[in-house]
Amino acid sequence: MKRIYTLDEIDCANCAAKLETALSKVDGVKNVSINFFSQKMTLEADDNEFDGVLKSVISLVKKLEPDCKVVL
Amino acid sequence: MNKKQKKSLFKIIAAAVLFLAALPLKNLSFYPYAALLLISYLTVGWEILRRAAVNIAHGQVFDENFLMSVATIGAVATGEYPEAVFVMIFYQVGELFQSIAVGKSRRSIASLMEIRPDFARVLRDGSADETDPQQVAKGEIIEVRPGEKIPLDGVVTDGASNINTVALTGESMPRAAAVGDEVMSGCVNMTGLLQIRVTKEFSESTVSKILELVENSSARKSKSESFITRFAKIYTPVVVIAALLLAVIPPLFYGAGDIAVWKSWVYRAMSFLVVSCPCALVLSVPLSFFGGVGGASRRGVLVKGSNFFETLALCDTFVFDKTGTLTKGSFEVTGVRAVSVSESELLELAAACESASSHPIAQAICKKAACGKKPDSVEELAGLGVCAQVSGRKIYAGNAKLMQKIGVSPADMPGTVVHIAADGKYLGSISLEDGLKPNAAEAINELRRQGVKRIVMLTGDKKDAAISAAKKLGVDDCRYELLPADKVEIVEDLLEKSDGRLAFVGDGINDAPVLARADVGVAMGALGSDAAIEAADVVLFDDDPAKTAFAIRAARKTLAIVRQNIVFVLIVKLVILALVAFGAAGMWAAVFADVGVAVIAILNAMRAMQVK
Repeated sequence: MKRIYTLDEIDCANCAAKLETALSKVDGVKNVSINFFSQKMTLEADDNEFDGVLKSVISLVKKLEPDCKVVL
Repeated sequence: MNKKQKKSLFKIIAAAVLFLAALPLKNLSFYPYAALLLISYLTVGWEILRRAAVNIAHGQVFDENFLMSVATIGAVATGEYPEAVFVMIFYQVGELFQSIAVGKSRRSIASLMEIRPDFARVLRDGSADETDPQQVAKGEIIEVRPGEKIPLDGVVTDGASNINTVALTGESMPRAAAVGDEVMSGCVNMTGLLQIRVTKEFSESTVSKILELVENSSARKSKSESFITRFAKIYTPVVVIAALLLAVIPPLFYGAGDIAVWKSWVYRAMSFLVVSCPCALVLSVPLSFFGGVGGASRRGVLVKGSNFFETLALCDTFVFDKTGTLTKGSFEVTGVRAVSVSESELLELAAACESASSHPIAQAICKKAACGKKPDSVEELAGLGVCAQVSGRKIYAGNAKLMQKIGVSPADMPGTVVHIAADGKYLGSISLEDGLKPNAAEAINELRRQGVKRIVMLTGDKKDAAISAAKKLGVDDCRYELLPADKVEIVEDLLEKSDGRLAFVGDGINDAPVLARADVGVAMGALGSDAAIEAADVVLFDDDPAKTAFAIRAARKTLAIVRQNIVFVLIVKLVILALVAFGAAGMWAAVFADVGVAVIAILNAMRAMQVK
């Protein structure tokens, strides 16, 4: 399953790139890409574990970029 | 300016006022002077210090905040108090500019894609309700007033109007729409009131597909983007290590005992740290691609990933499918030769035979003839034609092979011909032609001007038709009588032979394997065709073959801007690093090499949006 989320307050391209690298290493994440300009995150994971993966992604975003919020 | 930017501006002004107030006190009394500077520093820099601390706690070093904190604290440690404050203010001004520039580019790129409809007016129980387009089901009737966007794909059930497709195709000539016509979401209804029966849900509608593709286009990274990302990972640690060495090694040689010498080198090292942020690069390269993709999509050329810009720019071979790409894709009757009946009678009989068929040739004949008579029965003869009973007569309509089979001898005619025979007697023939698009030859010329070396035309048509079209167009090579599998083989062969990249241009309906095999697959006139959009790398929304040359221009311009930015940013950074190392430039120059350069690179990147 592939879903797109808005990332609020992501305001540095390098931070977005770093975040993308870090998120791609999260267990269960098949593919993740962050578009700094459209402020969108595309997350791909297996259907049955998607919710769990999303949760760990959100908490990692919060940890690495405290100002940045994933809009659900 | 948004709330955050206003807050930042306010802080900068406050800090600047405090800073200026502090300067005259320097030689009068030290403590008020230092206190004012400290307050000014914290006003403008507290956020940076706080974020640096938070990030270190999370194990992230070497981010911008950390580098700025270390650099300014280092300046304080070497006694450069005003310098520390000034650098922090200057940095925040740069960040503010950068944030405004990014916001502006985001908005202008977003405005390129202002095709998302805000509402749909659904006719339910006799009244028109404005609702979210996502809430409208297939089969419902929507009303679109003049000046409004068509929110969902559908078929006109009532009314007539002109429709502006410029947002989708770049074509400013309005299209007429009347009852029975299909209309696409994202177009603007210009003159009349339309009622439309919805044929696709919002998520399946053209507008959603386009927006999704444009937004996803940056997911496929180009080589320059991955280069920059990899480069950024090495660049920052290297500069930081260089800074460390600069702080320690030269003083050992030039006066290890002299505190002033140490101070001077530590200050230079701190300036190095400021230059070490790769943000300008990481920002400007993808922004250029994003702008390029946005600008091209405005003209009806959708590039599905920035990597395809790179491949397009290197294309020296273009392979065109003939039908529907260089030709109109619809047949027209160009000649009628009746042997023993009148021309109109021949056409009428042929039309009656073909009236049940959806084959393009059949439709062309029906269009030409007054299609009144209905056949009593029709039998399709695969690969030959049809046999029909019309008003008690047995009519055969088909190719020369069919005529020979039923024992009549047809006249020998070049091109696409339908022969007609009735009751075992030859009646005549109808010639048809698929005409070239008006600007097809111009498109080929334009591609040559762009430096494309080899232009090949592939077609399933007969030799005569293929060669006459090839001559009119002036292509280098023409292969005819091909089956879809042959096309793949030919493209593979050309791929092996050519030094540069190869683009294949087709209508996308039955060339999916070739589109996939070519370095760049271009689908033309693909608006509304999901299969083509899926298979192709570049999608041309209208039928204009000259858009291929436009795509190359857009690709080259975008790549040129990307290169300018990479070179510009690197040179400025290296020059300033050198100046700082020799003590010829201070920390403010370093701040410029960080944020100032970023702003200039962003402004340059925005040029990618405009391609002529």
